[in-house]
Amino acid sequence: MIKVTNLTKKYGDRYAIDNISFEVNDGEVVGFLGPNGAGKTTTMNIITGYISSTSGTAEIDGFDILENPTEAKKQIGYLPEFPPLYLEMTVNEYLGFIYDLKKCTLKKKEHIDEICRVVKITDAQKRLIKNLSKGYRQRVGIAGALVGNPKVVIFDEPTNGLDPRQIIDIRNLIKKLGEDHTVILSTHILSEVKTICDRILIINEGKLVADTKTDNLESEIKGKRKLDIKVDGPESQVLSTLKKIPGVSFVAVENSFGDGVSSYLIESQDDVDVRKPVFYAMAKAGWPIVSMDYLSGNIEDIFISVVDEDDEKKAAEAVEKSTKSDKK
Amino acid sequence: MWAVYKREMRSYFTSLVGYVYYAIFFLVSAFLFMQYTVQAGDKANVANYFTIILYLFIVTIPLITMKLVSEELKLKTDQLLITSAPSILGVILGKFLAAFTLFGSSFIVSSIIYYIPLTMYGTPNTAKYFASVFAVLLCGMAFISIGIFISSLTENQFIAALGTIVVIVILLLIGNLGTYINSEFIRTILSNISFSARYGNFANGIMDYGSLFYFLSISALFLFLSTKVFERRRWM
Repeated sequence: MIKVTNLTKKYGDRYAIDNISFEVNDGEVVGFLGPNGAGKTTTMNIITGYISSTSGTAEIDGFDILENPTEAKKQIGYLPEFPPLYLEMTVNEYLGFIYDLKKCTLKKKEHIDEICRVVKITDAQKRLIKNLSKGYRQRVGIAGALVGNPKVVIFDEPTNGLDPRQIIDIRNLIKKLGEDHTVILSTHILSEVKTICDRILIINEGKLVADTKTDNLESEIKGKRKLDIKVDGPESQVLSTLKKIPGVSFVAVENSFGDGVSSYLIESQDDVDVRKPVFYAMAKAGWPIVSMDYLSGNIEDIFISVVDEDDEKKAAEAVEKSTKSDKK
Repeated sequence: MWAVYKREMRSYFTSLVGYVYYAIFFLVSAFLFMQYTVQAGDKANVANYFTIILYLFIVTIPLITMKLVSEELKLKTDQLLITSAPSILGVILGKFLAAFTLFGSSFIVSSIIYYIPLTMYGTPNTAKYFASVFAVLLCGMAFISIGIFISSLTENQFIAALGTIVVIVILLLIGNLGTYINSEFIRTILSNISFSARYGNFANGIMDYGSLFYFLSISALFLFLSTKVFERRRWM
């Protein structure tokens, strides 16, 4: 549905985005994640045709946004970071204006009523936008993005500045929209992508540093899997039994609770799930497992580790470069 | 284009701009008309009214053009227009037509109303009268295009208004500079640029195709430039 190839945007000597490529499939909900100033908005602005790229292409449903903007724009609904609202208009007038602007052919009243029902602003349809709360205005912005029934909807930080209740409402709404739209969501709130998105793209300093399914994020990015278990058995024997299990790379006692129960930290190699072998080994030895927790690093840790890793890599490259130039 | 046109027309009358414009225009134009015709006695000449009315545009044209693009930039609604409208030229033309409708409607209606007492108390030259109306409409059209262009350069409406005032004053008075310059060549250039001088031929009932082309070219040029400036963020 969306194909971005070698997209680069330069402002003077500074790269806002640097050679980014990715594809978004039909019906996917993709989270675009990155610290402030990483290049998320720039990428979205290029995909939607608001700004041009320095090089590279962005295609929406096969239409290049620069070469065939009219067709490409028809496929996109966009909610920028600051919803582009005409405050002196009522919700109905605003949505009607976008309907006319996009030259839609659907039945106007029915289409607008349906959008208002989906985004839950039916009660505000006749009200002036300037009199609506921030949460409602955000919903009106989302409704505007849905006019014309575009295949792709793009949201740039849609929950920015909302209160917790409104954030939950908007997240649920986006999740629902994901059922029959391709959605790209940009945010720097990590839990947001985890709850809404199927896939995560992490961007840092203009470069794509991770592209993974949300479910695989922890394991793919962290590499090592960690398991925390509590076992009722003799510590030294439990320890040596655990070490013998194939795939286990590290075991340590974390805590002793005094009633014969101790907790252990087990690290396994990449892509090896040791939970079942651990269970069978303990059962065979007659040591009951009191609890077993799979330790997935929280998403904030993962994000920071990815971004830090990228920064370290860049710093190392810079040092190597300067060393080489010094030698010359 | 029509979506933007409808929105702008509506916007003129949901804010005070449309009403203030009409109020200023009808009050001042009626006063000027009375001064230069009915109350002028033997010196009455309707051509003087049409010449002086151009100077009213120094105030009224910026009033209706200052917000047309600058407000979109300030409110960031330009994002909606650029990412949703099939053509940016259509957006600019919609804005231009809305401003021209406001301006044109007021001027045409006033001109028709003012023609009635002229026929009651005198024998006006109808061809000359409506040629002047046509010329003033052309001048206004060009001024509106320039106003839209200046509005596209800034997010600040007041700067846009100020810039438009300065340019209109220059274009109206530039012909008068010729009297202080010895060079015939420069005088000719200034006279050709001057809106007042260009308007003069129409006022004499002559269909001046050169001036017609001049006003249409100025309008087209500044509408084209407005489109390019509006899109400029795409290419920065």
